[in-house]
Amino acid sequence: VNYRLSAPALLGALLILAPTAHAIEFNQFQPGKSTLSFVSKQMNVPVEGRFKSFRGKLAFDPAQPAAARAEFEIDLASIDAGSKDADDEVAGKAWFNTKEFPVARFVATSVKPLDGNRFEVAGKMSIKGKTLDLATPVSVTRQGNNATFDGSLVLKRADYGIGDGIWADFGTVANEVQIKFRLVATAAAAK
Amino acid sequence: MNQGYRWPLVSLHWLTLLLIAAAFVIGNVLEDMALSPLKLKLYAWHKWLGMTVLFLLPLRLLARATERLDQSVGLLPWEARASLLVHAALYLLMFAVPFLGWLSSSAAGFQVVWFGVLPLPDLLDKNKELGDLLQQVHMLLNFSMAALVVAHLGAALKHHFIDRDDILARMIPFLGTATGGTK
Repeated sequence: VNYRLSAPALLGALLILAPTAHAIEFNQFQPGKSTLSFVSKQMNVPVEGRFKSFRGKLAFDPAQPAAARAEFEIDLASIDAGSKDADDEVAGKAWFNTKEFPVARFVATSVKPLDGNRFEVAGKMSIKGKTLDLATPVSVTRQGNNATFDGSLVLKRADYGIGDGIWADFGTVANEVQIKFRLVATAAAAK
Repeated sequence: MNQGYRWPLVSLHWLTLLLIAAAFVIGNVLEDMALSPLKLKLYAWHKWLGMTVLFLLPLRLLARATERLDQSVGLLPWEARASLLVHAALYLLMFAVPFLGWLSSSAAGFQVVWFGVLPLPDLLDKNKELGDLLQQVHMLLNFSMAALVVAHLGAALKHHFIDRDDILARMIPFLGTATGGTK
């Protein structure tokens, strides 16, 4: 291979590459580097929990946010709800009913730029057989080949029938659950 | 009632007893309960009551320190020694039991929010093994305390019904004096 290129040829090559050189797409979701945690309130005590197993597809080009795609699946049985008792309890019918509904799913339907590095992601959240619209601001931090998507939102558990029956009373376990996510994706060969 | 303890010590004594008894009973009930909203409520109350005992302790120590009545009055030398020992142990446990409960709750990853209003700082980072261990020690000390309370109660009743002296009446203003006259 002859690496020596004439200056005009090099310039020509750069001009051809230029439009795509900026378009970096982060499209390799890294579940191992990502976290999905939540804070529930029990008797007004904030209790931290997280989901250990989730997967997804993500494609995000900061220059073309509207073309972004995101889809995630969360294994609900992988929950750490703060204690062994709680883990067992929330797998049951009154809570997630993981036997019938093992997976929660989020599919993004639109991504709009807000300000700076923040974007509003809207989509459909499906838990326990119920699908509801959801929108949340997400801030994107780029570091070399990595993009980190941080955000938090409040889900109301009753909207999805999570914790009904004896648990329906919000005085013991609050309706609002704070969800926090940190999702990492790397840029690989743009498709 | 110039031979009785003054009202701050008397009221704190009986208030602490009520709080400890309730927390003790709830704590034992919790042991055998499956997770339910009621269990979470009882857990919260158990912690709230325990923390109240802990927070009242400085007041109680102050009342004790400023009490003019010498508790060894009317006791035989061996009784005075035993009384001092049991009281010292009870005061120590009034601190240690709720404090260990607080520590174990922190280590279990559950912050204590006093009466659902005042968040108390977590004294330890979450560590399940340590939390379980502290819980065991908390329980062990509780049963030691229960045994001492029984001894304390037994001694008080012995003084009242067998020795027929004024030892118990010092802590119960309306009881009057068992001997009927020495004011």
